[in-house]
Amino acid sequence: MLNTVTAKGIREGILFHLSDQNWETNLQALVRLVKDRQKFWRGAKVVLDTANVEVTSDQLLSLKDELSHYDLNLWAVLSENSLTQQAAQFLGLATRISRLEKDTMADFEPIYHQGEPAIFFNKTLRSGFRIEFDGNVIVYGDVNPGAEIIASGSVLVWGKLRGLVHAGALGNEAVVVCALDLQPTQLRIAEQIAITPKRHGKPQPETAFIRDGKVIAEIWNYKG
Amino acid sequence: MPGKVVTVTSGKGGVGKTTATANIAAAMALKNQKVVCIDADIGLRNLDVVLGLENRIVYDLVDVIEGRCRLRQAMIRDKRLPELYLIPAAQTRDKSAVSPSDMVRLCNELKPEFDWVLIDSPAGIERGFRNAIAAADIIVVVTNPEVSAVRDADRIIGLIEAEEKGPAQLIINRIKPDMVKKGDMLSPDDVLELLAVELLGLIPEDETVITSTNRGVPVVIDGKSRAGRAFRNISQRLLGERVPFASIEESGGLFNQIGRIFRKGGG
Repeated sequence: MLNTVTAKGIREGILFHLSDQNWETNLQALVRLVKDRQKFWRGAKVVLDTANVEVTSDQLLSLKDELSHYDLNLWAVLSENSLTQQAAQFLGLATRISRLEKDTMADFEPIYHQGEPAIFFNKTLRSGFRIEFDGNVIVYGDVNPGAEIIASGSVLVWGKLRGLVHAGALGNEAVVVCALDLQPTQLRIAEQIAITPKRHGKPQPETAFIRDGKVIAEIWNYKG
Repeated sequence: MPGKVVTVTSGKGGVGKTTATANIAAAMALKNQKVVCIDADIGLRNLDVVLGLENRIVYDLVDVIEGRCRLRQAMIRDKRLPELYLIPAAQTRDKSAVSPSDMVRLCNELKPEFDWVLIDSPAGIERGFRNAIAAADIIVVVTNPEVSAVRDADRIIGLIEAEEKGPAQLIINRIKPDMVKKGDMLSPDDVLELLAVELLGLIPEDETVITSTNRGVPVVIDGKSRAGRAFRNISQRLLGERVPFASIEESGGLFNQIGRIFRKGGG
């Protein structure tokens, strides 16, 4: 058992593990977590792992209501407690989810560098692949059209960036998106959305950032 | 040596999976290989029509899996090519009638007897696709030089990698050399640059494919067809022969450039 509520990104959405404290404490911790990352998680499906804590259907219902304020949808409850399982089934919630797919980010351990988390992908991210990460994302490979990277920090791609990128997804404007060939379908930094103009000529490494409230892309010049 | 299971898939529909399966199978049978094709597109069967075996179906894949007949009884022998067999899909059922483990069991039963087991996958990324790739030793992805087909191929290749079934090999079908030359169509270079997988073959657009499909005679049997020649090259490559990509095309210089982009992909 854990002593705090924890969240993990899985293919189906977000998986919350409850702590062994009482329901009220858990609920408060969970809501605090959700409030902090409201924008990051918006629209996600939620799976709640209650381990063997007994939770009533009223409590689950109030949690479902609470989460819906943040545009989150509680759809499954995992429990070892049969009463909790019954309560979840009574509300029409799933009590089982399929095995975690191999390409969820749960497989990837974040690397911490001076307190700032970063995640490293040593492969090409293909169409349909989605990363959501509270930190920086580094890709050694291409990001193909149809792939999505949502990061609270910066995004660095050593390759061609042609998918969708949202850097600073929690509102941080002091982040960059850079790539050897910066041609994303859509580039978002914090609240700003930009569409890549058609490029003429040879690709060059570029860095995108926010200046005066606008997304700007500059050719990266290692001499300067 | 036990046979190999090759699954032909694409993501997007209508790119030529069934045509490719039928023709690779027929080309291999012409090379005296023992080949069995399985149509995994349950509910929307086509492979029997393309091979011209539709009127001989008695039992199908689902009958075998549900134990209503023996495996031998569902296998239809192609009379033109004695070593080519087909296990047709059921037309009145859907994908959920078969599970991935059923396919693995079936292929394990077929492998000792055949050199090649070819599986024609349905379009999409759902159950039918999972069934089709479950037993595969080699996965062949078919795409067209169109943005939407390439996007779906990319997704499929990603899923294959996630299942650790790869690396996938690529067939680019329906290439129009003159349109590529004018810059109106994605070139094989463009497609390979994005997908970064090993190239297995390039098929030119060819009207004889349509007539042969309608007649139920695989185009590889026609010695003059350009697409037929390209499919024969593909089967030779699968058999481990080195066939240069330049030899496909006579009328244009396009395919002469392909040799240099033949590369191993993946990461």
